[in-house]
Amino acid sequence: MPVARKARRTHPLVKRSAPVVTIVAVLIIIWYIGAVLMNLSLVRGGFEREEAPYTTMELLEGTMSAERPLLPAPHQVVGAFIDGVFGYAPTAPRSLVYHSMVTLSATLLGFALGALLGIVLALAIVHSRVLERSLMPWIICSQMVPILALAPIFIVVLGAVGLQGLLPKSIISAYLSFFPITIGMVKGFTSPDPMQMDLMRTWSATPRQVLSKLRWPSAVPYLFASLKVAITISLIGAIVAELPTGAEAGIGARLLAGSYYGQTIQIWSALVAAAVLASGLIAIVNYAERKVAQRMGARS
Amino acid sequence: MPRPAGLWPGCVTLLVEPVRMNSTADAEPHIYQSNVTRPIAVDVSKVSLTFDTADGKVEALSNVDLQIGGGEFVSFIGPSGCGKTTLLRVIADLQQPSSGSVTVNGMSAEQARLGRNYGYVFQAPALFPWRSIEANLKLPLELMGFSPTEQKQRAARYLDLVNLTGFERKFPWQLSGGMQQRVSIARALSFDPELLLMDEPFGALDEIVRDHLNEQLLQLWAKTRKTVLFVTHSIPEAVFLSSRIVVMSPRPGRITDIIDYNFPRERTLEIRETPEFMAIAQRVRTGLRAGHSYDE
Repeated sequence: MPVARKARRTHPLVKRSAPVVTIVAVLIIIWYIGAVLMNLSLVRGGFEREEAPYTTMELLEGTMSAERPLLPAPHQVVGAFIDGVFGYAPTAPRSLVYHSMVTLSATLLGFALGALLGIVLALAIVHSRVLERSLMPWIICSQMVPILALAPIFIVVLGAVGLQGLLPKSIISAYLSFFPITIGMVKGFTSPDPMQMDLMRTWSATPRQVLSKLRWPSAVPYLFASLKVAITISLIGAIVAELPTGAEAGIGARLLAGSYYGQTIQIWSALVAAAVLASGLIAIVNYAERKVAQRMGARS
Repeated sequence: MPRPAGLWPGCVTLLVEPVRMNSTADAEPHIYQSNVTRPIAVDVSKVSLTFDTADGKVEALSNVDLQIGGGEFVSFIGPSGCGKTTLLRVIADLQQPSSGSVTVNGMSAEQARLGRNYGYVFQAPALFPWRSIEANLKLPLELMGFSPTEQKQRAARYLDLVNLTGFERKFPWQLSGGMQQRVSIARALSFDPELLLMDEPFGALDEIVRDHLNEQLLQLWAKTRKTVLFVTHSIPEAVFLSSRIVVMSPRPGRITDIIDYNFPRERTLEIRETPEFMAIAQRVRTGLRAGHSYDE
C-alpha cells in the first residue's frame, strides 16, 4: 500500500529569499565573531587602565558596545544608520539623508554628463575610423590614472576658474562613468548583423536613418548593461571627489570626518548609506531596462 | 489551393508541346505568356568579380552575360561557391563588380538601388526583433517617407497577400520560421518594387513548409507580375518556380547553361510528376554535374 506522503510545499517567497537570508545570516555571524576578536584587546586595555575587575561577560559586552571600536558590531552600525536617517531633520548636518542627497545630486549630474559624453564618443568612433584610431588610446589612457590622484588636480584647476561645489564633483564622476558607456555603446552600435545592414542599404537608408532605426535599437541592451556599471561608478566618483575638497557635506565628507576623529561607527554607517544609495540607483536602472524591454517586445 | 477551373487542360496542352529547351531556339509563338513582352529588366554585361582572400585571388564571377526580361522568373542554381549569390548582390549594388556593367530598369545598379527599384529577400528573415510584425513591414515605408495612413494600408494589404492578417501585433519571435520568411517577402514587396531579388529564401525551411511557400510565391508572381530573380540550391524548386533557369558552376563562377521553358504561371505541385518537368530537372542536373569538378 503506497504511503501517502504529505506534500511539503515551500512558499514561493521562502523559496526565493531563503538563499539570500542564509548568506546574510552567515555573514553577520562572521562579522560578530570578527568584532569580538578585533575589539577584545582594546576593551581589555580599557579595563586594565582603570584597574577595574572584569568578567568575561563584561569583556564581551564591551566589544559589542565600544564607542570607537576597531570593527563596530552590526547592530551598532545599523543603530547609527537608523539614527542618522530618522533621528534628525533631513536638512540637519548630522542627518545621513542630508549627506546622501548632496552626494546623490553630484552622482546624478555626473552620471548624466558621463552618459552623454560616452554615447557621443561611441557615435564618433563608430562613424569614423580616423576618430576610432585617434580617440580610443586616449579614452583607455584616461582610465589608467588612479582617480584618487586626479581628483585633487581637477578640484584645484576647476576651483581656479571659479567652479566650486556640485560641478567639480560631477565632472570627476562623469570622468569615471563615461568609459563603460563608450565601450558598451561602441559594441552596441556595431551589433546589427550584416544582413540587417544590407537591408537598410537596399532601401537606400541615410546614415541617420540607419542610426535611429537600426543601430540605436540594437544597442539598447548594451546601453543598459553599461548604464548599470556607470551609475555605481558615478557614485564612487562623487564620493571620491568629496575626499580631497574638504567638503563639508556628502557621504565622502562623512567618511573623512569619521576617519579624522576615529568615529568608526560613523564611517560604517556612511558606507551603509552609500550601499543603500547604490542599490537604489541600480534598481531604478533595472526597472527602466525592464520597461524598455517590454516595449521592445522582449519575450518575458 | 483551389485551382481555377479549366486551367489544368490548358496545362496539358502545353505539356504535349515540345518544351522549349534553349534560349537560342527559334522563337515559337508563346501561347500562355511571353518572357520578353516587357523591356529588359536586368542587363548583366561581361561582369567579373575577383575577391582577394588569404589564399590568393578567387574569381567569384567570370565574364557573366545575362539579359532578363520584365516579368520573368529566373532561378540561379549551382553548387556553393559558383557565385550565384554574388551575382545577385552585384545586381543589387551590395557589391561592386571588378569589371563589366549592370543595368537595372535602364539605370546603373547604384541608381536603381538609390531609386528603390528592387526588394531583396535574404536567406534568413532578418526581421527587426524589437518591432512588431506590422512595424517591421512599415520600416521600409517609413524610410521612404510614405504617409502614416498609407503605411498602415500597405502593411495590411501585404500581410494579407502572404496570408498573415491577424499577426500585426505579434513580435517576430512569436512566429515560426516560415511565417517570418513570409513577413520578409511581404516587406520586400511593400513598397511595390518592379524587381524581387531572393537569395535562397526558403533554404532554412523544411520540405513541407518550402513546398507550401513555393506555391504561394508562384501565386504572388502570377498576381503581381513582378520580375523575380531567385537563387536556390534545389533543382525541383528551381524547375517548379521558374520561367528560366540559369545553371552556374564554380572556379571561376560562370554561367554554364540557360534553360528557357514555359509552364503556365498558375501551376500546382502536381506538375512535378510530369515527364516535361523531369526532363528539365534532368537537364539542370546534367548541367550541374558537367560544371562541377569532383577533384577534391
